[in-house]
Amino acid sequence: MARFVDLTLNGIANGAIYAAVALSLVLIWRATRILNFAQAGMLMFTTFIAWTAIDHGASYWVGFALALVSGLALGALVERTVVRRVEGAPPLNAIIVTLGVLVLLQAIAGMLWGGNPRSFPPAFSIKGFDIGGRTVLFSPFDLFTVLVVAGVMVGLMLLFSRTTLGLRMRAAAFEPEVSRLLGVRVGDMFTVGWALASLTGSLAGVLVAPAVFVAPNTFDSVLVFGFTAAVLGGLESPGGAVVGGGLLGLALSYISGYAGSETVTLGALVILVLTLMVRPNGLFAHAQERRV
Amino acid sequence: MLRVDGLQASYGPVRALDDVSFEVVAGSLTAVLGANGAGKTSLLRAISGLIPARAGRIEFDGADIAGMPVERLVRLGVAHVPEGRGVIGELGVEENLRLGGLWRGSGGRDGLGDVYDLFPRLEERRAQPASTLSGGERQMLAIGRALMARPRLLLLDEPSLGLAPRLAAQIMRTLRDLRDRTGLTVLLVEQNAKAALSVANRAIVLSLGRVVADDEPEALAGDETLRHAYLGF
Repeated sequence: MARFVDLTLNGIANGAIYAAVALSLVLIWRATRILNFAQAGMLMFTTFIAWTAIDHGASYWVGFALALVSGLALGALVERTVVRRVEGAPPLNAIIVTLGVLVLLQAIAGMLWGGNPRSFPPAFSIKGFDIGGRTVLFSPFDLFTVLVVAGVMVGLMLLFSRTTLGLRMRAAAFEPEVSRLLGVRVGDMFTVGWALASLTGSLAGVLVAPAVFVAPNTFDSVLVFGFTAAVLGGLESPGGAVVGGGLLGLALSYISGYAGSETVTLGALVILVLTLMVRPNGLFAHAQERRV
Repeated sequence: MLRVDGLQASYGPVRALDDVSFEVVAGSLTAVLGANGAGKTSLLRAISGLIPARAGRIEFDGADIAGMPVERLVRLGVAHVPEGRGVIGELGVEENLRLGGLWRGSGGRDGLGDVYDLFPRLEERRAQPASTLSGGERQMLAIGRALMARPRLLLLDEPSLGLAPRLAAQIMRTLRDLRDRTGLTVLLVEQNAKAALSVANRAIVLSLGRVVADDEPEALAGDETLRHAYLGF
């Protein structure tokens, strides 16, 4: 029983990170119908920027803030310079372009920081809480992770539902041409969408960095898990991405605990394939709304 | 207020508009009539800059607006209600309305009261998703949303499409009242020529992308050959 509780808590902490990555993919998918494979490279790059600051003696929080700010900037930059040219083009163009950005960012990171994994500090202790004389598999840093990701999700939800910027972003995502007729600068909305998505990805990057170390390729598996979570929740829905992340975190934690940690990637792929076979629109898909 | 001169536009190799010239007088309701594929929708889309003008001038209040991005055109006072109405079903009724006035500031709420006075049905359904509205209500929403921008020129594409005759007539009356009460200038594209002529000050008839008639409604309705050939009544 204690082990089950441990695995559950661990799953929730990991799930928060998968949820953040999933959210960064869903935000872009919803706005521009592009699956952003570059996300792994983008969040790697911003995590390296944070690592550089911390390595030069800056406090953790300066590095943390730097990762988020550079995430916003990198998202906007990638959309403006590269992605804008393939918006509205056949989907394959966008896939190739985002893969290209991924390879480019990994190559630049390799030149700047080398290929050796760097250790990244956590914000708080990673030693589990003591509850009733027992150390559980849930640390202050895990708690911080869950709270920060939840905070960002609530923030995004409020942005979309309560602000005029959110209203314009939703309109631009659903009906770009109609939105332009109403005076919405649709191009700017896409840029903001990419920036916010990239910020969410960067957040996941610094949160997962202490566990995976930082190197040009270490975040590839994070992208795979995030993508699986996004598919599980249905690529359309930010709420689904969050729930999908949580469910995937739990499932992989149980698989790791009961079947051995070497089966985790296999487990994620099985979940991905099963989802695509049984419920290709995600667990929460309802019948597609009819467009009139 | 709007002057179109020698306008040409095409979809790829297909010519949609060929040397189209006409004028819309401020405070008037001008109808654009013609059969399916005559170029009516293309005309509105070219004026809005949704398709590029190959040649010709489009003047609004004396300024050349050909090639101007549509987002800027709204800010000059031109609102376009597209064919099929363009109501965003995923958003609420009031959200759709606010979207129309957002660029004017104040969260897009300025003018909501006027639209609700004009279409009380929309106020009853303000919190519902727009996808739950009936066809007539959607048309009201689309027109109301365009009015939220406080336009001086309203471009309307087939507002009566798919509506019962009674509803279509009601929409036409609303447009006439708006013109008479607020001085709004309307350029109305319609396939239902009879309904449009009943409220228009002037009408042009398009056929295969060319203007074949430009006259007062009574004169057009009185010309039997033209009526049979192009207006279908």
